Amino acid sequence: MTNDNKNVAGGRPAEEKQHSFVFDLFKRMVVEKPLGAFGLVVIIVFLAIGIFAKYLIPFSIIQINLHMINQPSSSTHLMGTDFLGRDVLSQFIYGARSSMEVGLGAAALAIVISVLIGAPTAFIGGKTDMIVQRFIDVWLSVPAFIVLLIMMTLLPRSIFTMIMVLGTTAGIGGARLIRSAVIVIKPNTYISASEAIGSSRLQSLLRHIVPNIMPMIIVAFTLGVGQAIMSEAALDWLGFGLPISIPSWGTMNPWPWAPLAISLTIFGINMFGDSLRDLLDPRLRGGVGRYSLKPKKLQQLRKYFVKEQLND
Amino acid sequence: MGAYASRRLLWAALTIILTSMVVFLLLRFIPGNILNIIQENMAANGGGPIDRAGISKLLGLNVPVYIQYARWVTGIVLHGNLGSSLMNSRPITPLIVQRVPLTLELCLMSLIIVLLISIPIGIFAAIRQDTILDRILRSFTIILISVPNFVIAGIITFYVFIWWHYFTPLQFISIGKDPLGNLGMMIMPALALGSQQTGGTMRVMRTMMLETLRQDYIRTAWAKGLRERVVVIRHALKNALIPVITMVGGWIPILIGGSVIIEYIFNLPGVGRLLFDALNNRDYPMISAITLILSVFVVLSNLLVDLAYGWLDPRIHYQ
Repeated sequence: MTNDNKNVAGGRPAEEKQHSFVFDLFKRMVVEKPLGAFGLVVIIVFLAIGIFAKYLIPFSIIQINLHMINQPSSSTHLMGTDFLGRDVLSQFIYGARSSMEVGLGAAALAIVISVLIGAPTAFIGGKTDMIVQRFIDVWLSVPAFIVLLIMMTLLPRSIFTMIMVLGTTAGIGGARLIRSAVIVIKPNTYISASEAIGSSRLQSLLRHIVPNIMPMIIVAFTLGVGQAIMSEAALDWLGFGLPISIPSWGTMNPWPWAPLAISLTIFGINMFGDSLRDLLDPRLRGGVGRYSLKPKKLQQLRKYFVKEQLND
Repeated sequence: MGAYASRRLLWAALTIILTSMVVFLLLRFIPGNILNIIQENMAANGGGPIDRAGISKLLGLNVPVYIQYARWVTGIVLHGNLGSSLMNSRPITPLIVQRVPLTLELCLMSLIIVLLISIPIGIFAAIRQDTILDRILRSFTIILISVPNFVIAGIITFYVFIWWHYFTPLQFISIGKDPLGNLGMMIMPALALGSQQTGGTMRVMRTMMLETLRQDYIRTAWAKGLRERVVVIRHALKNALIPVITMVGGWIPILIGGSVIIEYIFNLPGVGRLLFDALNNRDYPMISAITLILSVFVVLSNLLVDLAYGWLDPRIHYQ
């Protein structure tokens, strides 16, 4: 019997890909990583709330009603009202927008800065690394909150400034972490191999180094989101944060909604980051590593091979 | 390595000098100044307007910043004198010498606690990926970083009191007098201070462990028939630790920053409190002095971290 569709190895027909990469990734996340999927749902929900904040709020965020201050939750004000009689739910919804913007924006900026500084210096090494690292030492020696306070007082206060300030401060410190990840993979033979076949420094960096520190980049980015949201809340609390006209989870007062949302977001993004890291790791795909073979999968494989042998 | 270390020490001196300059300048950008604060204090106590020019001359603030910096540095180099506080004219050096050990102890203890929690969990999460226990342990550490440390401080204090009727003594016990009492007193602040670092460390440990466990030399180690414990601890862990110790090296400023709040909550007389008060009073020499000490620690810890790279992975060479 001849069948052209048959794969050569083992006679197993080649599987056709039915779904897009993103759909597959999503499916695997739900099946294999329930905690990661939960994190993703949390992030998507808060993002959606933030994006559609304008249409979701039941009351205007600046509508002050001094007859209704500090009300507990009721049917009109689901989360109650604050010390100026403003609706807490509306502020919470708008707060999701600013907190997500600051968190994701600052973390993205930070990771770009970290990779731009950390990866090339570690890869080139020598004097460049020595000098750049000393500047980072200086930066790290100045307590971060002094820098944050000064920058927030000198610059006009807005979400954009907040993203810039938090992103730069975290990014320069994070460069050391990225540098260390590059140092770990630099001695690998595939790096020397790529140099031996004549690829330029830049090519090795972009095609071999950066893709291989991707897991660390994902971890650093998702850690950064939490740190940025937390720092923003702290700055708001100290009175150096966003102006009062922009509600955020840091400026909102009655407890417990905003802190709960902050904690939930940080938990979600960290869990999602770990799962994404696992799912994108090509060495874990297919599951035949020492540590990724699950008993169930092993049984399936065994059954499969036994059947093959019987057929032969 | 010796040559590398000595070259780094030379650079360290330069780094520290540069840091002190940057901080000295940067502080002048903080809004408000000591004169306004003195004025406010006077007004609050029913005093009249103050002689601003006279006081500014007395405190040495009437000359340009670079001359103030030069005077401050001369004092340090010639007499080992970090200057005196603008607020109460007391010399800074003895004050800092008295308070550094406490903050150092606090930071070291929280460092040890964090490592004891996060490294085993990180390793476990990597070698038993996606098991139930892995999910529970990981969730626990991530919850620790999802909650601000002052909230954790409150929770710890509250439940320890409810369950064991223990409350942190109000009077400070020095380590010289009663080592055990001192450790008992510091453990709760150290836990609260470290809580923010556990999650990040655990996640970096886990991701690097997953990376390293799939390297060729680990396959070789398995092929030699080594036991799991040996493969994981002797072969994989050392290599995977590099980014983790980098993180640990970067903690010193973060922990000092965190100790500002924690020392305030637990009423500990450490450097964090000193820095907090100095910032509130715009006490420039005090802030500069504390930052100078801090930068010495940062530079030294980063040096140690870089030297440890070579010990952890013999393939890394120092140029």
